[in-house]
Amino acid sequence: MSIFIDRSTQLVVQGITGRDGGFHAKQMMEYGTNVVAGVTPGKGGQKFEGKVPVFHTVADAIRETGANASVIYVPPAGAASAVMEAADAGIKFIVCITEGVPVMDMTRVMPYVRSKGARLLGPNCPGLITPGESKVGIIPGNICAPGRVGLVSRSGTLTYEVVHHLTKNGIGQSTCVGIGGDPIIGTNFIDCLRAFQDDPATDAIVMLGEIGGTDEQQAAEFVAEHVTKPVVGFIAGQTAPKGRRMGHAGAIISGSSGTAEEKMQAFEAAGIRVMKRPVDVVELVGGKA
Amino acid sequence: MNLHEYQARDLLMKAGVPMFEGGVAATPDEAEAIARKLGRAVVVKAQVHTGGRGKAGGVKLAATPAEAREHASRIIGMNIKGLTVEKVLVVPAADISTEAYVGLIMDRETQRPVYMVSAAGGVDIEEVAATTPEKITRLPVDPVYGLLPHQALGLALTLYQDYPKVKAAARIMQQLWTAFTANGASLAEINPLVTTPDGEVLALDAKISIDDNELDRRPDLAQLRDDSAEEPSEVAARAAGLTFIKLDGNVGCVVNGAGLAMATMDLVKYYGGEPANFLDIGGSSNPEKVVNALRIITSDPAVKAILFNIFGGITRTDDVANGIKTALEQFPVQVPIVVRLTGTNEKEAVRILEGIGMTALGDMDEAVSRVVALAREAA
Repeated sequence: MSIFIDRSTQLVVQGITGRDGGFHAKQMMEYGTNVVAGVTPGKGGQKFEGKVPVFHTVADAIRETGANASVIYVPPAGAASAVMEAADAGIKFIVCITEGVPVMDMTRVMPYVRSKGARLLGPNCPGLITPGESKVGIIPGNICAPGRVGLVSRSGTLTYEVVHHLTKNGIGQSTCVGIGGDPIIGTNFIDCLRAFQDDPATDAIVMLGEIGGTDEQQAAEFVAEHVTKPVVGFIAGQTAPKGRRMGHAGAIISGSSGTAEEKMQAFEAAGIRVMKRPVDVVELVGGKA
Repeated sequence: MNLHEYQARDLLMKAGVPMFEGGVAATPDEAEAIARKLGRAVVVKAQVHTGGRGKAGGVKLAATPAEAREHASRIIGMNIKGLTVEKVLVVPAADISTEAYVGLIMDRETQRPVYMVSAAGGVDIEEVAATTPEKITRLPVDPVYGLLPHQALGLALTLYQDYPKVKAAARIMQQLWTAFTANGASLAEINPLVTTPDGEVLALDAKISIDDNELDRRPDLAQLRDDSAEEPSEVAARAAGLTFIKLDGNVGCVVNGAGLAMATMDLVKYYGGEPANFLDIGGSSNPEKVVNALRIITSDPAVKAILFNIFGGITRTDDVANGIKTALEQFPVQVPIVVRLTGTNEKEAVRILEGIGMTALGDMDEAVSRVVALAREAA
């Protein structure tokens, strides 16, 4: 077991003929992900790497291959419509890797995705990996190992650093999820915490947050009320300078300064054990999973 | 991207929001000329990307054009929270009866633009939010439909009783929505929205931030960027495709990825050092980016040692190693460099670095404690 993806995941890659899409499609296939189709409008009928059929639309790809998950590598200007196309075609799990999607676009994408009963991960995220089964996105497969720790993170390379420490010390992972750091994202900490809590193959959870916003504080409240598995947390940006701020709206809406200190306090109050350094994950998780 | 007040005013006025006509001056002469043309008492306002201008002495009332000139000569060149004032806005001074607050912000939680409106406007609005949050009305707006007329009226009714003022305010709510959505804003704020003794409703100050992700498809907005309003090294970094923020410490940091960059700075502090900067070279590294990164960091005389912390994924560690090699061939680096790298093409990277007499470390804690020690020796 795992969350969101596993051996049964049949993936369609939107933007498979692009530079990034092609590179990562190959990497995912080498890892063992079941890449069943690619989509690039205008390139339908081609074969990617001589074996993966390319279609003009996601609807065509589903009809011909039975794809049940999608990953998006199209440029920012087309990313919002690519997400909506996947949702409209009936894909229930959509991962958007694209960085730089205008936030205004996302305000229209999210209600649409929900109305179709789909889940979006991202945008601007590294994707996710269920070690030994399937990887969707760009997380390097070789640093992960199968096991029973679930990991959810707002950042990319910091995730790799922490996973690397776990794997090096013989602690494997059930699923590692990068939710992305954009203001409007499809899947947040709480969605992942709930899924890990419900996943019988996950024994402990690692949550990597950052300064800014109040997502970590809300996640901490959720942990206090609904998560019985041990949770270990980290907040990056303890030494980040306070930005020069324009206007008052940001402070009014969140009622918070979003500092690392405030977030770490929220973690501790919720019984989450706080890592001071990435390497601390080994000691804090060790023996819990 | 933050806009100056005068730029935000232009966008709001284009959407129809009633504001005083004014002018922007870069010299005391220009400020005097604008005040003379306006023919009444004026306010001279520093144009900088930060709040708290008034409290810093950057906003002054002038009864005469001569006085406007005097204030402008003091405010232009003034330093407010580390930023130098290049321009002032000169606008008529208003006779104010009431001050309200109207803000529109992209909200993470509701995933929609949210109005925040309060009859208790002015500089202490955050205090109002903290102590009497019930005095602020919030309204998330469905972007598919926009702000509906009855919603605009409802918001306006929380500000005024007098119906002509209510109608005027409702129109301003709609116009703010237009300005926000037409310009891909993440924040648009009128503070204060005032009424005058003759019953007019006017926006006196405007703040707009544009979502950086809009700038690629909106060259008209991108050209509003004012490089002089930012730290020069940060401007140079942006031109080179790097994200850079200058800090006060002496350990230069070059990292791939924002989260790891912040965690690296935190670790420098943990081992007793002070980071000199935040620098993210981004995902797909090419050697040229690394050369630029080193150039920017070494131009800060406070830097006593430099740390590379690279976790290769999309970033190829051999690209980074080649960048370091090229940089050292192009210009002398007088301070010690500690390199930590692991991940994609690590073996090749180590070989390149050994070729120029450098060793690469694989462990982040080891690298950080070493660079902190080197910076301390040199300080």
